[in-house]
Amino acid sequence: MALLEIKDLHATVGDREILKGIDLTVQAGEVHAIMGPNGSGKSTLAQVLAGRELYTVTGGSVTYLGKDLLELSPEDRARAGIFLAFQYPVEIPGVSNMYFLKAALNTVRKSQGLEELDAFDFLTLVRDKMTLMNMDQTLLNRPVNTGFSGGEKKRNEIFQMAVLEPKLAVLDETDSGLDIDALKLVAHGVNTLRSPERSMIVVTHYQRLLDYIVPDFVHVLSGGRIVKSGGKELALELEKEGYAGLGIEDEDEVVSV
Amino acid sequence: MTGLSEQLGEWLADFTVQEDAEPWLQEIRAAAFMRFVELGFPTTHDEEWRFTNVAPIARTNFRNILSPASAIPNAARKYLAKYASSLDQPFVALNTAFLNGVTVHQVPAGAVVEQPIEINHHVARQPGPPAVHPRALIVVGADAHCTIVESYSGEGRYFTNAVTEIVAGDRSVIDHYKIQRESPDAFHIATLAAQLGRSSNFTTHAISLGGALVRNDVNVVMSEGTEATLNGLYIVNGTQHVDNHTSIDHAKPHGTSHELYKGILDGRASAVFNGRVIVRKDAQKTDSKQTNKNLVLSDDAVIDTKPELQILADDVRCTHGATIGQLDAESLFYMQSRGIGKEQARRLLTYAFAQDVIDRIQVADLREQLEKFLFEKFHEHAH
Repeated sequence: MALLEIKDLHATVGDREILKGIDLTVQAGEVHAIMGPNGSGKSTLAQVLAGRELYTVTGGSVTYLGKDLLELSPEDRARAGIFLAFQYPVEIPGVSNMYFLKAALNTVRKSQGLEELDAFDFLTLVRDKMTLMNMDQTLLNRPVNTGFSGGEKKRNEIFQMAVLEPKLAVLDETDSGLDIDALKLVAHGVNTLRSPERSMIVVTHYQRLLDYIVPDFVHVLSGGRIVKSGGKELALELEKEGYAGLGIEDEDEVVSV
Repeated sequence: MTGLSEQLGEWLADFTVQEDAEPWLQEIRAAAFMRFVELGFPTTHDEEWRFTNVAPIARTNFRNILSPASAIPNAARKYLAKYASSLDQPFVALNTAFLNGVTVHQVPAGAVVEQPIEINHHVARQPGPPAVHPRALIVVGADAHCTIVESYSGEGRYFTNAVTEIVAGDRSVIDHYKIQRESPDAFHIATLAAQLGRSSNFTTHAISLGGALVRNDVNVVMSEGTEATLNGLYIVNGTQHVDNHTSIDHAKPHGTSHELYKGILDGRASAVFNGRVIVRKDAQKTDSKQTNKNLVLSDDAVIDTKPELQILADDVRCTHGATIGQLDAESLFYMQSRGIGKEQARRLLTYAFAQDVIDRIQVADLREQLEKFLFEKFHEHAH
């Protein structure tokens, strides 16, 4: 059984159709890269998988571990092991990173029949993962993403992923806005989390991230459809030829959310 | 006869059966009662009371309960009823007409009082319904430091009509709290009048959690170089109504005032924020900042917010801003995407909204008490 099976997925925002028939199958342990120009629907796909209400699924199906994913609320998807690393992590003043992540981990653990962790056990668990992401422990006491630099926010996303240990991680342009050192750090975190039980969908605009997170498959999204699929060499081809080499233009219709 | 005189008749009867106080006090009482008769209860035609209808108070036949008489120290007499004005504030006039016992605290010049001065008012369940008129006078000497915590609570239906006067000496530092947790059926009208000395530093926090119909007036008059901070938090649900009227009078130059009032409204509750800032002609170099933020959790809750700036000086910096918003959809989704249930996420965000006002509370016990109260309140609310 595939971990994730997307069939002929259509989705709209308002009355505009963004996804126009996506087909994608992800097996356990695979890393798939989704590339494409601006406005091609990459981020929409990522958000639809996480259950963002802003988008309406108008056709097709998404099956996750044999079940209809689209029927689940965002929180139930997370509890079932889906994780979205946000392109723009949200700042939440007044809620500490520690409280937030502990609440998240404990609801996920509870739904899996595991015992909830107290503050001490939680700290023990997160300490190593903070080191992995080269994060200062004081970040735990600060409000979620508030006053974080761009790089800190992206590292915080991967840190959350390391703590929540999802089965399917969707990384939405985790590389955008990162300098090369921060990019390497994020990629190192992601690579450490690769395992035969964990699949990833890496959404990116540029090929550069894929030098560090080497995918098993690369798909090119354009106009709301996957127009080309291949191995990791497809990313290199794109680097040389650009999207234009595939006959794809940047689409101006950037969806603002 | 008119409805008004019928309403006043009951108060007159109660006023006349009071035993006379000492002559100096009786004079103050009588003048205040006369003024109350002239003013009558305010109506929504009065600009100051446009959004707050006190007819339910005016219509109720209350049994006035006097505070037990207390000796008022000679040194405090000259301050009593000098700052809270009976002239244009009917409820201050009414309180003063029934003035009997006064909670007086005098902090000697230069003293640093570590332990908070606590003033607790609790109205026990009793027939009537009762009306109480708590009165406090706090005179803080020059260079003295103190913390004052007023708290109001009770059971059943009653009317609290409180007046507190604070006189802050030059360079004094005062941290004042008013925690209002009246019963859900209570009427609560309170006036705080503070006269702030040169270079004094005055902070007040108005936390409004209970009551059916609530009005808080905070009036501060600044001197040269005074720093005043007015914080407020109101959390209303059901059909609660809470009205916060503040007035900061920059009478002299180099004053600084910061004001942050936050409200959380749910159900069919309503709230009013009216923030008046007066900068007198010679109050140059005034720096004043006013912020009112409201989180509206239901479609039926109503908030009226209004800044009222009267600036007569030209070299000043005055800013004001008001926001009315719902819980942020992106923040909710972000939390949900991490496995946190929607209701829990709503609670956390609501709690977080109040957090910065709570964080400003310096008295640790009080802060923890309120954190716990709020946490439980939003927890209950979600189920």
